[in-house]
Amino acid sequence: MQIHEQPQLKAEARDFNFFYGEAQALKKINMPIYEKKVTALIGPSGCGKSTYLRSFNRMHDLYPGNRYEGEIRFYPDNTNLLSPEVDPIEVRMRVGMVFQKPNPFPKTIYENVAYGLRVRGENNKRVLDDKVEQALRGAAIWEEVKDRLQDLAPNLSGGQQQRLCIARALATDPELLLFDEPTSALDPIATGAIEELVHELKKRVTILIVTHNMQQAARVSDYTAYMYLGEMIEFGKTDEIFIKPKDKRTEDYITGRMG
Amino acid sequence: MNDSQHLSSQFDEELSRLRTHVLQMGGMVETQVSAAIEAYSSGEVASVKTIVETDRKVNELEKAIDDDCAHVIAKRQPTASDLRLVLGISKIVTDLERAGDEAKKIAKGVRRIYEAGHMPSQYGIGIRHLAEAALLMVRQALDAFARLDAVQAQAVIRADSDVDTEFKSIIRQLITHMMEDPRTITTSIEIISIARAIERIGDHAKNVAEQVVFVVEGRDIRHLKEPTK
Repeated sequence: MQIHEQPQLKAEARDFNFFYGEAQALKKINMPIYEKKVTALIGPSGCGKSTYLRSFNRMHDLYPGNRYEGEIRFYPDNTNLLSPEVDPIEVRMRVGMVFQKPNPFPKTIYENVAYGLRVRGENNKRVLDDKVEQALRGAAIWEEVKDRLQDLAPNLSGGQQQRLCIARALATDPELLLFDEPTSALDPIATGAIEELVHELKKRVTILIVTHNMQQAARVSDYTAYMYLGEMIEFGKTDEIFIKPKDKRTEDYITGRMG
Repeated sequence: MNDSQHLSSQFDEELSRLRTHVLQMGGMVETQVSAAIEAYSSGEVASVKTIVETDRKVNELEKAIDDDCAHVIAKRQPTASDLRLVLGISKIVTDLERAGDEAKKIAKGVRRIYEAGHMPSQYGIGIRHLAEAALLMVRQALDAFARLDAVQAQAVIRADSDVDTEFKSIIRQLITHMMEDPRTITTSIEIISIARAIERIGDHAKNVAEQVVFVVEGRDIRHLKEPTK
């Protein structure tokens, strides 16, 4: 079925190169990220998909010797996220991240979610209560934790911890959420819950997700990009990539013909 | 189509077994059709029984192949060309099975005509030619599937309109016969249904060819006005 719609751009990589010291990890990436859509990055280990993902919230700034070239444009304001004038802390408010392993702070459930807001200077209890509830509801975990907000977050189950981390990322109302293999440490039920959540979240936020699970990419994403050896090999609608990819290398990877 | 091997050699085996079974089933259907045509021309009514028996085997194979397709989907979650192959096969076997049913109809019709003491070839001039064209379509469609050859598949699709035209002209002839001599009506009606069955076999071969194009190129060319796109 052909659906003719022209989604808005939320972000866009333009001739983007990335270097770990001398080693070039990403080569001339050009790729659109559409607003309120889920874009999946797939590719074998070491292809640069996580490196690419992390560039969106300037995580690489934390280590010396890392170098960006080119641009990642962020809309609607058309800022270049990589520009040295742009404050990485500001970027991270707008671009949230969820990691492979749930990594809640060793604090209460409530404080985990309120943390980003406090960093931003919010101290009004009423506002915090409200935002925490909204974020927990948004991450589909409110019903499970509303009576134990003062419990320690690390005591939650793995799946709950991951949803708490999503709530924590949602609390600052980010425009783009980055997921780095968010379900690889979870069982199938918890994975299903996260996938369902991704589907709900895209109503309000743009999502970029790295996954090793090809079926997951096919299930949750609207667009898929296949990366190999630091290059973007193919980008397209997920339906097309999984039924009729254009590039033989994409085909070989998704059909399990290469290691 | 992708010829390189999967990381899982077992997956390769499962897919190649599926293809082999489809070709095996196709071979049986081809034999059924050609035996039915033979029976029509020669009056060798004994072969009708064999055709009916083969149909049972064809039905069994259809179920077995469909079952294997379901297993491959459940176990391997095939994508891209693999997915298209499995989907294509599951549709191809439906058409092959139906072509087999049509062959059975032809055989039974032939038997009824002979048992009534008539010679069908006296009435249906052109039937044999029509049947040979349809049989050729079946052969070429299976060939196109075996070699995953979209060009040959397209040729099969084009051939279908010739078969359709020929079928219509046979019907016109038979109607004239019936008007001229009402005593031929019973046999003519049998022959019309035989001609219809042959024409349907051509349609099924065309459907198989369309699936081959889908498997190879990922294009769905069914229900297009022009036969080749």
